[in-house]
Amino acid sequence: MTLDPERPIKFSATHRLQWEEAQQKTVILYPEGMVELNQSSAEILKCCDGLRNLADIVSELELKFATSGLHNDISAFLEVALNNGWIQQ
Amino acid sequence: MAGYNNKLTHITPPRWLLAELTYACPLQCPYCSNPLDYANYKTELSTEDWKRVLSQARKMGAVQLGFSGGEPLTRADLPELVKHARELGYYSNLITSGYGMDEAKIVQLKTAGLDHIQVSIQASTQELNDHIAGTASFEHKKQVAHLVKKHGYPMVLCVVIHRENIHQMSDILAMAEELGADYLELANTQYYGWAHANRDLLLPSKEQFEQAEAIAQAFKEKVAGKMKIYYVVPDFYEDRPKACMNGWGTTFLTIAPDGVALPCHSARQLPGLDCPNVNDYSIHDIWHESKAFNFFRGDDWMKEPCRSCDEKAKDFGGCHCQAYLLTGDMYNADPVCSKSPDHGVIQQAIDAAKAATLAADEKPLIFRNSKNSKLMEHAHNPD
Ligand code: SF4
Ligand code: SF4
Repeated sequence: MTLDPERPIKFSATHRLQWEEAQQKTVILYPEGMVELNQSSAEILKCCDGLRNLADIVSELELKFATSGLHNDISAFLEVALNNGWIQQ
Repeated sequence: MAGYNNKLTHITPPRWLLAELTYACPLQCPYCSNPLDYANYKTELSTEDWKRVLSQARKMGAVQLGFSGGEPLTRADLPELVKHARELGYYSNLITSGYGMDEAKIVQLKTAGLDHIQVSIQASTQELNDHIAGTASFEHKKQVAHLVKKHGYPMVLCVVIHRENIHQMSDILAMAEELGADYLELANTQYYGWAHANRDLLLPSKEQFEQAEAIAQAFKEKVAGKMKIYYVVPDFYEDRPKACMNGWGTTFLTIAPDGVALPCHSARQLPGLDCPNVNDYSIHDIWHESKAFNFFRGDDWMKEPCRSCDEKAKDFGGCHCQAYLLTGDMYNADPVCSKSPDHGVIQQAIDAAKAATLAADEKPLIFRNSKNSKLMEHAHNPD
């Protein structure tokens, strides 16, 4: 599966993204499993609301963190996320 | 409760809570992991007790929650407990045989906040499923699987694999695909509890395992991206044991129907652990201070060959329940390990199972029910 840069990206309906107080981390929860996310991955996934596509997410995060050149990192991570079933298009 | 935490071992908080709500179950699976003498434990925690347990464990960091049993659907307060769990932020899983489930219940549990439902199916044909379950249940289970899907839950199908169904591997996989399973758990039987009692009749041969595994592996590649497969390995044919419970008292907490807290769901059979009850202590005290949860933490308890083994951080000496059942000493290395001086018992078990296959007068499976539970109890403690 490869990411379509044009289409909006949505966090999976059968997974749950949640802040864990005890671990001080955002995690993805799914049947029998849990993935702990670092802060940047968590920020990317929070943008996957089913309305924004890759370019929207990149510009949103570059604005939020007052930086540029995030495109490659974000698209690589979203590719992984797609293949793990965490997001859908 | 003090004195058992030596303060030397770093204690991580529980992440997974298994809530065994009841030992009641309309099915009679001969590999059931409930204790053989389950019929002796008649008391069950109240709704309020369970809510307290869920709150306390959540506060410590538990996040994955399994409602199991027995058959958890026999508890009328299940939706209320599910709702409480959701409010606390648990990711909750109902582990059910599907018996007693209907569409209204599936909707009600979804509204209450249940995250997913794991339905167990015993085989790919009605005849064998109903024989193994000891109850006519096959068609209904398939319907439940469809309904689970229909109402937007991720569908987890669980099939316990043993000698009576291992030849159906291809059909089991086709059935999972047809039912639209998102996750398929192929659990080779682990030989504790009832499965230990029935081992001669359940343990497949090495050839059967290898054949089935190859079929499952090919299927896994075929459905990659569509269905996730969890394959629980049959450790009798491995030469290293599994890292039991990810390390004793590090991750998993099981609460039995009567409120006894267990570091692993079969720990109840181990002698001298004095497993604490949630009616007497908080989850925090149980996790940190109790004798049972500190018993096999770290590696001070180890004997040779584990003590000086360079792999001990990988598997922690394997499963203590298996060491106890097969060697009579829970401090021994899990005999699955080829370094264990008792490793020969594994081959003996395999040979005994093979002999039982060839025997003309095959003895019958002992089904898991109250009558047999009382008989087994009597056979173990004749008075
Ligand atoms: S394994 Fe079978 S008998 Fe045991 S609790 Fe589960 S469904 Fe019931
Ligand atoms: S000797 Fe003990 S620690 Fe070493 S591999 Fe075997 S079971 Fe594991």
